[in-house]
Amino acid sequence: MAKHKTPLLDQLESGPWPSFVSDIKQEVAHRYANPKGIDFQIPAECPDDLLGILELSYVEGETHWKHGGIVGVFGYGGGVIGRYCDQPEKFPGVAHFHTVRLNQPSGMFYKTDFLRQICDLWELRGSGLTNMHGATGDIVLLGTSTPQLEEIFWEATHNLNNDLGGSGSNLRTPSCCLGESRCEYACYDSQEMCFQLTNEYQDELHRPAFPYKFKFKFDGCSLGCVAAIARSDMSFIGTWRDEIRVDQKVVAAYVGGEIAPNAGAYSGRDWGKFDIQKEVVALCPSQCIRFEGGKLEINNKECVRCMHCICVMPRALKIGNDRGCSILVGAKAPILDGPQMGSLAIPFIKVDDDYAGVKEFIEATWDWWMEEGKNRERIGETLKRLGFAKLLEVTGTKADPRHVKEPRHNPYIFWKEEEVEGGWQREISDYRSRHQK
Amino acid sequence: MALVFEEAKAKIIEFITSKAKMKSKFYFNDFTALFPEEKGRDVKKILTQMINEETLVFWSSGSTSMYGLAGAGKHADGED
Repeated sequence: MAKHKTPLLDQLESGPWPSFVSDIKQEVAHRYANPKGIDFQIPAECPDDLLGILELSYVEGETHWKHGGIVGVFGYGGGVIGRYCDQPEKFPGVAHFHTVRLNQPSGMFYKTDFLRQICDLWELRGSGLTNMHGATGDIVLLGTSTPQLEEIFWEATHNLNNDLGGSGSNLRTPSCCLGESRCEYACYDSQEMCFQLTNEYQDELHRPAFPYKFKFKFDGCSLGCVAAIARSDMSFIGTWRDEIRVDQKVVAAYVGGEIAPNAGAYSGRDWGKFDIQKEVVALCPSQCIRFEGGKLEINNKECVRCMHCICVMPRALKIGNDRGCSILVGAKAPILDGPQMGSLAIPFIKVDDDYAGVKEFIEATWDWWMEEGKNRERIGETLKRLGFAKLLEVTGTKADPRHVKEPRHNPYIFWKEEEVEGGWQREISDYRSRHQK
Repeated sequence: MALVFEEAKAKIIEFITSKAKMKSKFYFNDFTALFPEEKGRDVKKILTQMINEETLVFWSSGSTSMYGLAGAGKHADGED
């Protein structure tokens, strides 16, 4: 029997979608019934009090969670987010309600026994409530008390072979798409790169030294299943630099209606006969495709790798063979200055086994941001404040037309003396020989 | 010049103590400013060692992290 009346929360259950309120109520009932006779290490009433305090917040229009704290596991500056409520007498089950973040496996591949172990651990030592997954991608275990933290950490690292994720001013838990494990579009092994860089930068993940949070995301191609371009301070997006491979016979099969476009994804209603002009050629953002005399031609120099044509005719068009990734910097959500998408910094880099070029770029970027970034300033804001050219300079990246987001946005170019032939000194008589006063 | 742990530690503690009336938690950048000639990563090594010997503690809001002297400042009642 629930402790608190929650009419406002109950109303949320009336919509057509699955409700988090219903989920929490299910856990409330489960913990009170306790069919497995678990010796709960935090109060059984925790989810019940969570509903109670949330209802109170809805009634009063203000939060009852206090901000932050010193809790964590020894030596780690991230992975645990301290939360305390300011009404512990009324809601003792959530007097402490710390969040624990666990680093999810690359591509979020799980074995069921691992998931069971996570759930068993969290039922015993936490609220039983999880978020699979948080916005950053990690496994989020919601609500436990301070004495449980080291126990959870020990079990996670020793029994589950799983580390904590990132929080605070750290490198956040890197995340990636399924990559080459399932996807023919993957231009590099995004899972491997995510895994390797997660291991390489453990110190940055666990011990904060950045001005603010920093996120890596790895998309195997520009379709962006983890939306790296919008959600990560540094995005690695698979691409190629040769040509889209075209099988003209299969193109003809699409045109002739023998193969369903979009891999049959739009088969719910009759969209009419496939029209390659309308559905492929006209929708190419850089207008680099033409279909004449039954032949599809792509001007690959103008192609922006959006992959729309490939998605419409996946059996006829394939990604190029000379593959690697682009690196973009500076995407963020809208806390300051509004949201930003990542800016293209490295148009193409081969993804080598040792990731040497990638690491060099990452570390040069971090060194600059650690020095110049203001407290609580995302790198996208530092970029905006000090200019994109500065990033190119500190990372030793040669400016390229592909770095221009839009022409004539800012026509002022400040040359440095060493960039100008002859420096600032010139022979005035030479000039005057060609120009009258 | 490489940082000497005991000297750097003393400087950090002196800095934190001198600000104790105003604040108890400090950004990472506050410490790099104490050692302008040194790389941020070297300062981080000192701070990490001070965390490991429990002179310093991390504080986190969840989105931002700071450093403070162990036991200093106000803590929530449930936070011990």
